[in-house]
Amino acid sequence: MAITEENPGYKWVGTRPIRPDGLEKVTGKARFGADLVLPGMLYGKVVRSPHAHARIVSIDTSAAESMEGVKAVITGADFPDLAANGAHPSDIDVANNAIARDKVLYEGHVVAAVAAITREQAEAAAKAVAVTYEVLPHVLTVDEAMADNAPLLHEAMITKGVDPAPEEPSNIASKILHERGDLDQGFGEADAVVEREFSTKPVHQGYIEPHAAVADANSDGRAHIWCSSQGHFQMRAYTATVLGVSPGTLKVTAAEIGGGFGGKTVIYLEPLAVRLSQRAGRPVKLVMDRDEVFRATGPTSGTRIKVKMGVSKDGKITAAEVWMAYEAGAYAGSPVGAAGMTAIACYDIPNFVVEGYDVVCNKPRVAAYRAPGAPMAAFAVESVLDELARNIEMDPIDIRLANAAVEGTQASYGPKFPRIGFVETLEAIKEHPNYTAELGPNQGRGVAAGFWFNAGMMSSATVHVNENGTATVVTGSPDIGGSRQSMALMAAEELGIPYESIKPVVADTETVGFNDVTGGSRVTLATGAAVVDACRLIVEDLRGRAAKTWDVEVDQVEWVDGQAQHVDGAQPPLSLNDLAAKSGRTGGPISANASLNSRGVGAGFSTQLCDVEVDPETGVTRVVRYLTAQDAGRAISPDYVEGQMQGGVVQGIGWALNEEYIHDTEGVMENPSFLDYRMPVASDLPMIDCAIVEVPNPAHPYGVRGVGEVGIVPPMAAVGNAIHDAVDVRMTELPMSPIKVLEALNENDG
Amino acid sequence: MPRTHITTVINGDETEFLTEDSTSLLNALRDEVGLTGAKEGCGTGDCGACSILVDDRVNCACLMFAPEADGTVIVTVEGLADSGELHPLQQCFLEGAALQCGICTPGFLMAAKALLDKNPDPTETEIRYALAGNLCRCTGYDKIIRAVQEAAREMRGQ
Repeated sequence: MAITEENPGYKWVGTRPIRPDGLEKVTGKARFGADLVLPGMLYGKVVRSPHAHARIVSIDTSAAESMEGVKAVITGADFPDLAANGAHPSDIDVANNAIARDKVLYEGHVVAAVAAITREQAEAAAKAVAVTYEVLPHVLTVDEAMADNAPLLHEAMITKGVDPAPEEPSNIASKILHERGDLDQGFGEADAVVEREFSTKPVHQGYIEPHAAVADANSDGRAHIWCSSQGHFQMRAYTATVLGVSPGTLKVTAAEIGGGFGGKTVIYLEPLAVRLSQRAGRPVKLVMDRDEVFRATGPTSGTRIKVKMGVSKDGKITAAEVWMAYEAGAYAGSPVGAAGMTAIACYDIPNFVVEGYDVVCNKPRVAAYRAPGAPMAAFAVESVLDELARNIEMDPIDIRLANAAVEGTQASYGPKFPRIGFVETLEAIKEHPNYTAELGPNQGRGVAAGFWFNAGMMSSATVHVNENGTATVVTGSPDIGGSRQSMALMAAEELGIPYESIKPVVADTETVGFNDVTGGSRVTLATGAAVVDACRLIVEDLRGRAAKTWDVEVDQVEWVDGQAQHVDGAQPPLSLNDLAAKSGRTGGPISANASLNSRGVGAGFSTQLCDVEVDPETGVTRVVRYLTAQDAGRAISPDYVEGQMQGGVVQGIGWALNEEYIHDTEGVMENPSFLDYRMPVASDLPMIDCAIVEVPNPAHPYGVRGVGEVGIVPPMAAVGNAIHDAVDVRMTELPMSPIKVLEALNENDG
Repeated sequence: MPRTHITTVINGDETEFLTEDSTSLLNALRDEVGLTGAKEGCGTGDCGACSILVDDRVNCACLMFAPEADGTVIVTVEGLADSGELHPLQQCFLEGAALQCGICTPGFLMAAKALLDKNPDPTETEIRYALAGNLCRCTGYDKIIRAVQEAAREMRGQ
């Protein structure tokens, strides 16, 4: 492990104890989204469009309603018409994606839902809902959607970000542009220029737990929702919007979440479950099949990207020109904005133009997926950089070192970087034995780097000291990858009591202050900072209580190793246990809240080294060795930092080699199962070696940057560059499946 | 609809339940018996989150009809610990941080148990192939493989 700055004597931060929620998860006790059963609960089933683009002419629910066991049937007409109410356009999109009103915009779009006593009855009733469609022409890719006279998804969509605004509507929701310097001059100074065009397919987050929600509505308009999501406050807000009610009427309890990777930051089932429960007067459970998860949730964008870059002989990038178009799916909002900001953010480039387009098409609305937008852009940019390094015969790490963003570099997206650790990740790779490990026949080695902002946003935490001096740490951030452990470790460090004495809890929307979603790699950073703030308030309170007990000024009291000590040793120390036991006589219960809007984000960088072996007979690429170096800032919980690094890499390997949405010409998904949408399995992979780099984020009390996302940015280019090194073909389309590698090899031979 | 009466031994206890013929064993376990440790990730036998032992063989509970369980001996993740004492696999998964979200963990534990019951000293490759029917999207498998290796060592008394 590369430690760039020594651990400054922490007792708990940086250790590897057993996670607080682990026991329930290895014994089957943990309750995930689909595990809750309520008395009298009904089972729901959603009716989905078989067409990629169609007008809903009529929906006849009468047959379904009269079937045995059926208690409720709902359609778009059972929800308020937000467009007619003058709602914000993004809220209208959320509502129309939850259940279609006039048009269906993708295969799998919800048109109705039913609730019945048994699962089987619900499924039969869903089939009996008769929908008449007028099928419309559809567009499936950015090329089709951007073509002249393309069929429009939204007849009034005028491209944003273009001045003057276009007069005609199109499928282009918005344009983004970042520029600096003079491109012509930059390319004029280059000794080598490479220009390539890339394309990638939509890929799914692939969480193993399908979406699930249980709703129990009361006749007074209140409702309780249990769901697995990356943010139950967000689920409450979206659900309230779609139902047209006040958020305060909804209580949302976070179930354990079985993976999300960004895909569970949005609503699908929650408002439907509430409305069905209201209509039926009983609790309703809705759970998606895997087929529905693929057809109607996630994925991230398919893209087309063009990159032209130039370097001087000494490896300095003189100019970069990036053009990108990202599929948004049915509604505006692809991650092209983040893609434009991250594409060349690793490097200090004097002249560049980055131009991007957010394009709607008749596929499911894209959702966030781990560093949304960045991986595709990095695939293109890092592949071109690899080619440039080869052209000038420069080591792939050295060319990145020659251009690396450092503290003070003006980021391509605007601000100056504070202290960052990109260079340290490059050095960690170079120093690792994998960098010089011997390669066999048909094997090759690739390097790629990636950047992600990491997010701050809003968090709240409450800390309660129990009567025996243990503590409960309450937050509202669903724990998706071990964050309860990092909360407990930081609280133990602050309070000076054992990790095992801390119970971290994820509370419902009525029990703790607001928390933004678990996303953007933000929980250990921002919710962690709220926990630290609350613990510090507790310590201040405890010092005051000790001072009162000793009848001294509070500045005579220090908090050391979980006890109040008199600065001169004039009094025997008071432990947290002692103070907690006497809390009734020193001011009452010991408890503190902290809420914040974190501004102290710390950018994350990852550099990765991939060794592959390509079978020239079959085109099959096998990853034989993999190393990832990532700046964590501070690894509060190294086990789970490594887990994030390894998980991100393996999702990236799947994206690189296997995963893709395949649609037929009618816009129907052809591979909506784990059999045909092939995610990596254990036998596909080697161990994933990790080098945790720690360049502390100066804006966080423990130096945390956030680690969840950046690990998925480099792998596609790392794999592609390794394939090039192995068999001398430059792959520009994802996935780099055997057939495509074989075609490229044959072209080389031809 | 007529329901079939099923008698099984589940986690050591004789267990009876009623089921429709078309109900999967997974849904029967979860809805009728109340054991929700086995999870449905796909319903098509591709993810392994519902892996259970049926007469000592690992099976996807979603691929069996509930009536097929009549007369069998079933072990689910809830039956893996012995009177509260964790199985070495459970302990090694905890100590080795071999889970993140935990939805796939019950299936991995049961598939790994089936492997180690037959092969107490598997190679890394053998472990990877034995667990290839179980999908994990969080960990990249690294820590899972290491946890199984460690549990195998402990169970061999090394």
